[in-house]
Amino acid sequence: MNTSLEELKKISKLIREDIIVTGRDCEVGVHLGGNLTLAEIMAVLFFSVANVDPENPDWEARDRIILSKGHGNLALSSAMARRGFFPLEELQHFDTFNSMLSMHIDKHRMPGVEISSGSLGHGLSIAVGAALGGKMDAAGWNVYCIISDGELNEGSTWEAILSAGHFKLDNLTVILDRNMFTIEGATEDNLSLEPLGDKFRAFKWHLIEVDGHDLEALLNAFEENTPDGKPKMIIANTIKGRGLPSVEGKASSHFYRISKEDAEEALAMLKSS
Amino acid sequence: MKENNQIQSRFVGLSSREAFGKVIVELGEQNENIVALSADLADSVKLNDFIKKFPDRFINFGVAEQNMMGAAAGLTLAGKIPFACTYAVFSSMRACEQVRTDIAYNGLPVKIVSTHSGISFGVAGATHQAIEDIGIYRSMAGMTVISPADGVETAAVIRAAVDLDGPVYVRLSRVKEKTVYNQDFDYAIGKPDLVRSGSDVLLIATGAQVGETLDAAELLAEQSVAAGVLNVSTIKPINPSDFVDLLTDFPVVLTIEQHNVINGLGSAIAEIIAENNLNIRFKRHGLYDIFTTSGPYQELLAYYQLDPKGIHDTVIRFLDGI
Repeated sequence: MNTSLEELKKISKLIREDIIVTGRDCEVGVHLGGNLTLAEIMAVLFFSVANVDPENPDWEARDRIILSKGHGNLALSSAMARRGFFPLEELQHFDTFNSMLSMHIDKHRMPGVEISSGSLGHGLSIAVGAALGGKMDAAGWNVYCIISDGELNEGSTWEAILSAGHFKLDNLTVILDRNMFTIEGATEDNLSLEPLGDKFRAFKWHLIEVDGHDLEALLNAFEENTPDGKPKMIIANTIKGRGLPSVEGKASSHFYRISKEDAEEALAMLKSS
Repeated sequence: MKENNQIQSRFVGLSSREAFGKVIVELGEQNENIVALSADLADSVKLNDFIKKFPDRFINFGVAEQNMMGAAAGLTLAGKIPFACTYAVFSSMRACEQVRTDIAYNGLPVKIVSTHSGISFGVAGATHQAIEDIGIYRSMAGMTVISPADGVETAAVIRAAVDLDGPVYVRLSRVKEKTVYNQDFDYAIGKPDLVRSGSDVLLIATGAQVGETLDAAELLAEQSVAAGVLNVSTIKPINPSDFVDLLTDFPVVLTIEQHNVINGLGSAIAEIIAENNLNIRFKRHGLYDIFTTSGPYQELLAYYQLDPKGIHDTVIRFLDGI
């Protein structure tokens, strides 16, 4: 899908706006921090990179998008709604009883989504399986999987990373939302992950590191060819809570109830940016 | 052994896992979407013939069961019908959450075939014996749980599993089970099969214990106890109406399984008895909430009273009210 950089910028702002408005209206709070990190990534994926068809979501040749960090479903819901998979109004019912859209993904309720997710450390194995299936059929489609840095604490994620390098899954691209925080605090304080780049290279991945809020850098990273059949790891350096000044870059943004005032401030900032 | 006048099945005399290894090749020829996965145990789960025939449709994940089960879910997104194969102890516990959340929750047609169930890997001890797996799997919504009695039934079960639009757990043994069926038959998932009629006591068994229980029924007959034997290979879904009439024909009912008596076949039958207010003397026989010791299979079977003599003695004690 050809979408201009200018248009992608507009879309990413709309996604961020959707996250803030929906978060403001959810009484118990939402996973704000780790959704605001995803606005640009989702815009680029759904409106430029990935080959998907909202009119025919089960289309065999579609690219498979797997959100492993299922708590990022606010950003995913916004992107999918704006891409036309379901009405935007569904966001108004986010987290209400039996709603189409909820904190974590339920495939049975959410049209067009590939897989239910929410428990950490699952999505990358699923993506590996889809990529293996695509390879078996020499199918042209790709697999895109978004993981969190917290998921790198899970052993299962490393099983998947090890296998993707081994199987030379160059039809698999992982976007790591490297926002530096889990619920309890900084990743490097809790269970340090660095040096991450060296780890992925050692596991036979093609590594690209970008500013996860830079649309052009993200686009270039997706377009870059990988050598020697390697799967692609895009470390997207993001700022947790990006766009909401009161919690930007803080662990407290992980699950947060936005005040009306904070929301107004953030929405005004978005409009003027 | 059931009497028959028809052509003997070519799966007679094969263990359940050998029968699986044969039938999966036939099914692979018929359906190119069938793929086989293992976690460094392809030889043990008898995938060698499949690998020889379809090398590009087999994936070894290494010793990484969680990744295998997650990837099995992912393979269905590419239109595949994955057979994910490892030991019962690992599929049910090491990869439990992947099976529950990635496969069962999403309702995906992954066929989980697990060998070495119960105490069948005797010398390996409790780390490799699966006596919780039926309970774990039957707790997962939408999961079909089948424990075939021998090679012939296994071949029928695997064929039926391919057509099932959802996840299924097939529990196989390591040992060669005693022959219960000697001809191919129209197997239907969910139907219990009375493999020996009787009137004094009904013995309900599953998996490798069906053959052992048939031999126990012979020993009981020598003492003028007419024991019926019911093979319940499908432990879930279980339809009470398939059982109620039969159960009420017997004053005494025992379940016999290579599983913890908690949460296995016995519990499933107990639920039917309780919820239908059946006035039956009932006992669950199996492994009595213990971790098993290790040793040669036959000696373990005898030690835990799961061989014909042990089953016979257990039934007699129960009939005598001891």
